[in-house]
Amino acid sequence: MTSRKIEILVGLFVAGAIAAFFMLAMSVSNMSSYSGGESYELKARFDNIGGLKVRSPVAAGGVTIGRVKDIQYNTETYEAEVLMSIDQRYDKFPVDTAASIFTSGLLGEQFIGFEPGAEEEYLKDGDVIDLTQSALVLEQIIGQFLYSQGSDSE
Amino acid sequence: MFNTLLDRIQRLGAATLAIFQRLGRAAVFLMVVTGSCAGLLRRPGLLIKQLYAVGVQTLIIIVVAGLFVGMVMSLQSYYALVDFGAEDSVGVMVALSLMRELGPVITALLFAGRAGSALTAEIGLMKATEQLSGMEMMAVNPMQRVMAPRFLAGVISMPLLATIFSAVGVIGAYLVAVQLLGLDSGAFWSQPQNKVDLYLDLYNGIIKSVVFGVVATWIAVFEGYDCVPTSEGLGQATTRTVVYSSLAILFLDFILTALMFTK
Repeated sequence: MTSRKIEILVGLFVAGAIAAFFMLAMSVSNMSSYSGGESYELKARFDNIGGLKVRSPVAAGGVTIGRVKDIQYNTETYEAEVLMSIDQRYDKFPVDTAASIFTSGLLGEQFIGFEPGAEEEYLKDGDVIDLTQSALVLEQIIGQFLYSQGSDSE
Repeated sequence: MFNTLLDRIQRLGAATLAIFQRLGRAAVFLMVVTGSCAGLLRRPGLLIKQLYAVGVQTLIIIVVAGLFVGMVMSLQSYYALVDFGAEDSVGVMVALSLMRELGPVITALLFAGRAGSALTAEIGLMKATEQLSGMEMMAVNPMQRVMAPRFLAGVISMPLLATIFSAVGVIGAYLVAVQLLGLDSGAFWSQPQNKVDLYLDLYNGIIKSVVFGVVATWIAVFEGYDCVPTSEGLGQATTRTVVYSSLAILFLDFILTALMFTK
């Protein structure tokens, strides 16, 4: 086999591996959501974030508009502070937008859902969302249910 | 009585010393070979020839194995998940297992069997027929001329092969899950896009395959270089290459997984 043929085959091998890498990166992993381009940041405070994690989706009307960027616990206010990075395309949320933590499906992962308000002013980069609703913690609901059952029977 | 006991202790000591001597020789060998790799920049033709022998010729077995591993995993995880109505997760399950574990590990095991054994046999035969000594007589450094290109070619080929293995495996899983079992193709692709992380999963899998490539090629080239230059010694060296590389790969995989994926 001539060295030209060998070089062509090695070149094809390397090109194939690079193509395989991009196929995995683009269509299988979450790289497409890294390259979201322009984004702005919003902050929200919750009493309880449940199972929310960094990189959990932020959705409005079921459409993913951003991701959770950072989660901190504030010992001044005793609340969880969630920093979200929202796609710049969706920059028309009124300042009285409400953020709630929902669960997708019965046992699915948790995400932040936006309910747009009615104000004329829009949220800007670095703003804080005041209207928040914490995650539903299953144990607390069951606890309340059992408690109300107990008080009914008396 | 006392003498036989002493003899046994002596044999144990000699065997231990032999093991450590061999490990020491292997470590020095690795240092010399990596040191000689820089000289390849002036002669890239040697490296390309070895990339062909080590990488391209291993490609077919990797592609076929990847396709079938992906197809079987897709089928099995479908049967397990359909009971819980979670068959949409087949895609993410196959993609995660392939990228994190099966891609690097199976590729490395096949690589040790296909390319590693060939490297050992080739270098061992060069030693047995005194080609290596001949080179030294002609003031050609066999480390630079023979060992370094083979070693570097193995280290470069492994991550490329492992990436191809994972990609072909995902395609195989897609064929079975979507075309054969009738899953929704949107769910098959969107779940991995939400769950598989570029850095945590894809990059760590590639780091794993680089480590396996270094270890498997190192063992293969060293066993050839260090073999007893007889036909019997050559056979033993080739067997040792496959056995030692496989064990080292499986052991290192556990260590690397424990380091990478536990928080």
